[in-house]
Order: sequence, then structure tokens, then C-alpha cells
Amino acid sequence: MDPLSAWIADWKIPIGRWGRDFFDFLTTNFAWVFDTLADVLASILDAFVDLLLAVPPILLVLIVAAIAYALQRSWKLAIAVALGLLFIINQGLWKETIETLVLVVAAATVSMAIGVPVGIWAAHNPRVYKVLRPVLDLMQTLPTFVYLIPVLILFGLGAAPGLIVTVIFAAPAPIRLTYLGITSVPQPMLEAGQAFGATKRQLLWKVELPAALPSIMAGLTQCIMLSLSMVVIAALIGADGLGKPVVRALNSVNIPLGLEAGLAIVVLAIILDRIARIERGSDR
Amino acid sequence: MTTAVNFQQVDILFGTDRQRADALPLVDAGKSRADILAETGAVLGCAGCDLTVERGEISVLMGLSGSGKSTLLRAVNRLNTVARGHVTVHDGDWQADVVTCSQAELRKIRRECVAMVFQQFALLPWRTVAENVGFGLELAGVPARERTERVMAQLELVHLTDWAGKYAHELSGGMQQRVGLARAFATQAPILLMDEPFSALDPLIRTKLQDELLELQDRLKKTILFVSHDLEEALKIGNRISIMEGGRIVQTGTPEDIVLRPENDYVRDFIANVNPLSVLTAWNVMRDVRDLEAAGDGWMWLDRRQTTRFKLDANMLVIDAERNGAPAIWVSCDNMEKMPEDRPKVYWATAGTPLKTVMQAMHQSQTAPVALFDEASRFVGAIGIRDVLRAVIRR
Ligand SMILES: Nc1ncnc2c1ncn2[C@@H]1O[C@H](COP(=O)(O)OP(=O)(O)O)[C@@H](O)[C@H]1O
Ligand SMILES: [Mg+2]
Repeated sequence: MDPLSAWIADWKIPIGRWGRDFFDFLTTNFAWVFDTLADVLASILDAFVDLLLAVPPILLVLIVAAIAYALQRSWKLAIAVALGLLFIINQGLWKETIETLVLVVAAATVSMAIGVPVGIWAAHNPRVYKVLRPVLDLMQTLPTFVYLIPVLILFGLGAAPGLIVTVIFAAPAPIRLTYLGITSVPQPMLEAGQAFGATKRQLLWKVELPAALPSIMAGLTQCIMLSLSMVVIAALIGADGLGKPVVRALNSVNIPLGLEAGLAIVVLAIILDRIARIERGSDR
Repeated sequence: MTTAVNFQQVDILFGTDRQRADALPLVDAGKSRADILAETGAVLGCAGCDLTVERGEISVLMGLSGSGKSTLLRAVNRLNTVARGHVTVHDGDWQADVVTCSQAELRKIRRECVAMVFQQFALLPWRTVAENVGFGLELAGVPARERTERVMAQLELVHLTDWAGKYAHELSGGMQQRVGLARAFATQAPILLMDEPFSALDPLIRTKLQDELLELQDRLKKTILFVSHDLEEALKIGNRISIMEGGRIVQTGTPEDIVLRPENDYVRDFIANVNPLSVLTAWNVMRDVRDLEAAGDGWMWLDRRQTTRFKLDANMLVIDAERNGAPAIWVSCDNMEKMPEDRPKVYWATAGTPLKTVMQAMHQSQTAPVALFDEASRFVGAIGIRDVLRAVIRR
């Protein structure tokens, strides 16, 4: 190495150490906060898993198929959903599927609960968006494994850290798509609202949100897909579900197990995507 | 007459606060839009606009694209912010200056006093036709029952009752704009703003909707501020027309004023291609009875060539008529077709009779002059061939 580079390297900025000090500070002073949060989240998720597992699988298959029909008005879809779930039962992955389903739905719910209001806020406030954009880029480009470590330190192993990393990864999608939807509401529609005397709140509820709904719903489906893509990584930090058998298969080079669990994830992804997709006749 | 909307020295500028402040002195100096843009970066929307819109009239803002018509119109419900001047909106005894009023007053104006019809309809695609029409009422918090009633009444007015449950994209352009009209009528606001409401429609539909608007206006007697870039349209529906150029109003007047007495070359260019027959009426071309020549013994010549004369009583009612020395009958030009060919006759018109009808009457009666009667059938003037020719060639 040339002397200059060597000299630069000698003065290494201790970013890593600062980070560690910061997390040490958090764990020594606020351990109880994170522990409580982890416990609460874990028990909520467990409660849902237990509830769904208490239902006979066949009955649950019928219920999900009925929901699919109710939302999409398609017999074909309802039957396909039922067949997919029966395949999962057949492969002996029912419990793991329910665990993953709960994690994904919870992550999507939290992401939407954060993403939609933040997206609206950013759309109404250019300065917020200016700050937010690099943060979103960071959340989506930072390799997942990098924030796996601090989350692990703060929350320990289990379902709660699984949920949190999934939300970090999935929330930018609904934020971006809500922002996009609200900022691209056609000017004349906004003016129609204003001209007829809408308050800011009425404008939001009666013009902006309905106009942005297709985009927001696209945010939801994306969010679900991103959450599903995190199941294997969530399994690495102890979240139960379909990721576990995949990790196990990876460690033991078990091709059949990996194939079965992988297929189950794909089936679940397709089912969720088709059920949550909303298309309105009046949009075109 | 009472005022509905009054613009007083209204200046509107687009740009940053700084740019607009810099631009105001230039506006005062009467600089053009291009100069102001080059010197300060502010875009001049409109400058020094004075206009009074009387209650119940259709006032049209006319001008080329970019002349500031929409900008001025949108000041009435503060979709554009006025930099300087006043825009007063009157509703009965209540009035407010849109430029300075509070948010609450502005909401009252927007919900109860001023409704708007948009060029591109601006309907909400996720709402049915009925829900779109009820939009303003919903915002104003009108209870659902009353809303439904009022919406159905409006839909009937624009002949769309059968389409209440459809979505906007299922309707043709003309129908969509009728929904836009119904939405504006539904709030029962006395003042309507219409920004080129028919420009996006094809010509046949446009004419039809213009007729429908005039018919509705006959019944509803709204105050309408209407933007158009089409002079034919302006002349057809306007009671008063303001011509705008580069953000300034260059002439305001009745359609006949504009056509007969254009104030400058810009207006003259505008009306160069207008067919005067579509604007002028008998009233605009007649010679007043006081300018006519007496023919002795209570008789009066209708024309300069002295071919036709009337005998009038003290109340100016016609009691006898003569054409080319022979007795003649006098008949309304409304029933021209039914008249026998043989008897010499003199047609009479009223103030609002189109010039075209007057010309037909002349043609039918072997170029006899046409008389003008008022509502009480009193003789008020006459129109000879030369009067018509002069109006048509505008000399
Ligand atoms: N929101 C705006 N921001 C900047 N400039 C504008 C805005 N609205 C209108 N203008 C400008 O003001 C001028 C007048 O526009 P407008 O009133 O829309 O004209 P018209 O309706 O007569 O075609 C145009 O030069 C236009 O570019
Ligand atoms: Mg315009």
C-alpha cells in the first residue's frame, strides 16, 4: 500500500465502534422497553396463530375460499384457493403456513398503518418528502443482514424481531405508492373539491384517497409480497413459519424439504396476491 | 339591477412572493406580460380588471388562449389568489370580498353562493352520476334524504334521470358535462362560473348544450360568468361580453356593442369573421321614429324613397298603411309564410327580431321597409334596405 493510503487507513473512523456503543447504550438503559415490546408482539402473534390452529384445517380452507369469493366474485378463484390450501395440508406444512400467514398479515397491516399516513403526509408536505426519500432508499437498499444484527441485539430471537425486520423491509412500498397516488390526483379533481367548498379533511377523504386508492392497493399487494420474501430471513432470527424448513433444508442440503417448503411459500404468495388485488370497474 | 359579482382593479400574478412584489410597479406602469416576465420572472395573470356582473345576466369573458380569462374567473372562488384589488360576491343582502374574507366565509361562498363548471368536466370517476351531482351537497352537510331529492330534481332538469346509477366513463362527453351542470345547479348557488364548459365537445353537441343552457337560464335566472374563446358562442349566450388581451380587459359591452363599435384593432380582428346576422336584431339597425319624415295629415314615411307610409293616432298606434300609393295591410313578420301574395303589405318586427328575419320580410314584401313595434304595438321606428346594408357591411 502506498504511504498516503496507509496513512488514511491508520486514521480509520470508528463508525463500527460508535454503532456498537450506541446499541450498548440502548440495551443497558432501555432493555426493558425492547423486552416488553418483544413480549407483547410475540404474544399477539402467538394468540392469532393459536386461534387459527384451533380451527380444523378443512374448515379454515373453506372460510378462506369464501373470503376469496366474497372479495373477487369468482368461483374459479375460490376453487383454486381451496386447492392450493389443500396441497399445503397434503404436504404437512399447515402449521408453518399458518405461522407465516400471521406474520405476513401482521407485517402488512403494520406497514400499511405506518405507510399510508406517512405517504399522505409526505405528499402534502414537499419538505417531509425530501427528508423521507433518502431514508426510504436506505431502508430498501441496506442489505437486510445489516439491520438483522441490531434488531437481534435489541429484541432477541423470536417472532417479534421477525416482524420488525419484515416491516422495515416492506413499509417503504406503501409509503411510496401512497405518495405517488396522492401526488398524482388530477388537478381538476382537486379543484372541483375546492370549488364546492371542501375542507382539507373532506378533500382528503372524498377526493384524494378515493382517487389514490388503486395506487394504495398496489402498495398493499406489494407489501404482502415483500413480507413473504422475508420469511426465510425472519426464520434466521427465530420467527416460526415456512422459512424454518427452508433454513433447515439449506443447512442439511435437503432437496425434498426445500422444494416442499418453497412451493408452499409460492402457493401462499399467489393466494394472497389474488385475494388482495382490487380492481374497480369505474377506474377506466 | 343589482350587482352579483364586482371586480375592482384586480391584478393576479403567478410566481414567488418576491417575484410578485417586484412585478407590481411594472403592472402599474402598464408593462406587457412579456416585459414583466423578462424583468421579474413573474407571470402576469391579469391586470387592472374592472367588471361588474349584474344579477341574472350571462357575462362572457372572451379572448385568445392565454389572455387571462380563466385566471380572472377563478378569482371569484379564490382558486387563484388575487395580488391586488377586490372581488366582491353578493348573495341577497350578504356580501364578502373574496380577496380578504376568512376561511369560513370562503367556504360559505364556495358552498352556497358560487358553483363551478369545468372544461374537462372534472367528475369523480369512482362516484355514480347521482353521487357526483350530490357532491357539493354532501360537502355542505346536507342530510342524505334531502340530498337524494335535490339530486333527482337536478337530474331531471338535465334529462339524465335514467343514468343516475351509471359511472362517468359510461357517458358521452355531452352527458358528462350535463352532469357537471347538474352538480353546479344542485347547490342552488345563485352564481355560476363556467370555464369553457363546452369547448371539449364536438360542434353539434356544443350547440345543443348551449341551447339547453339558455333554456335552463330562462327558468333559473342564475348569474353566470362564462369563459369562451369562441366569439360565436359568446355572442350567442352572452348578455354582456368582455374582451381580454394579455391579461387586460380591452372592451366590455353588449354583443351588438362589440360587433358594431369595436374599440380597437384587437377587437376588430376578433369580430372580422363574425356573421353580423347572427348577432344583430331589428333594434340595432332601425331608424328611430323621430328621425322619420312626416308625410302630412298624421302620415309618416317609413323609408327615404317614400314608397311606404303609416298613419298614426295620438298613441302611436298604426291606423292606416299605404304602399306605392295603394292601401296596404301591416302584419307581424312572425307569420310571414301564411300571408297571401297578392295584397300589398308591410311587415313589422319587434326589438328582438333577428336581422335575418327582417331581411326575409323585406324580400317577401318586394323590398318594403319593415316597421318596428314595441310590446304595446306602438310604432317606434322603421328599417329600410340601406339600414340593413350598412349594418351588414359595418360602415
Ligand atoms: N397556476 C399558474 N401558474 C403560472 N402561470 C399561470 C397559472 N395559471 C395561468 N398562468 C398563466 O397566466 C396566463 C393566463 O392564463 P389563463 O387565464 O389560463 O388564460 P386563458 O384562460 O385565457 O387561456 C397564461 O400565460 C398562463 O400561462
Ligand atoms: Mg382557460
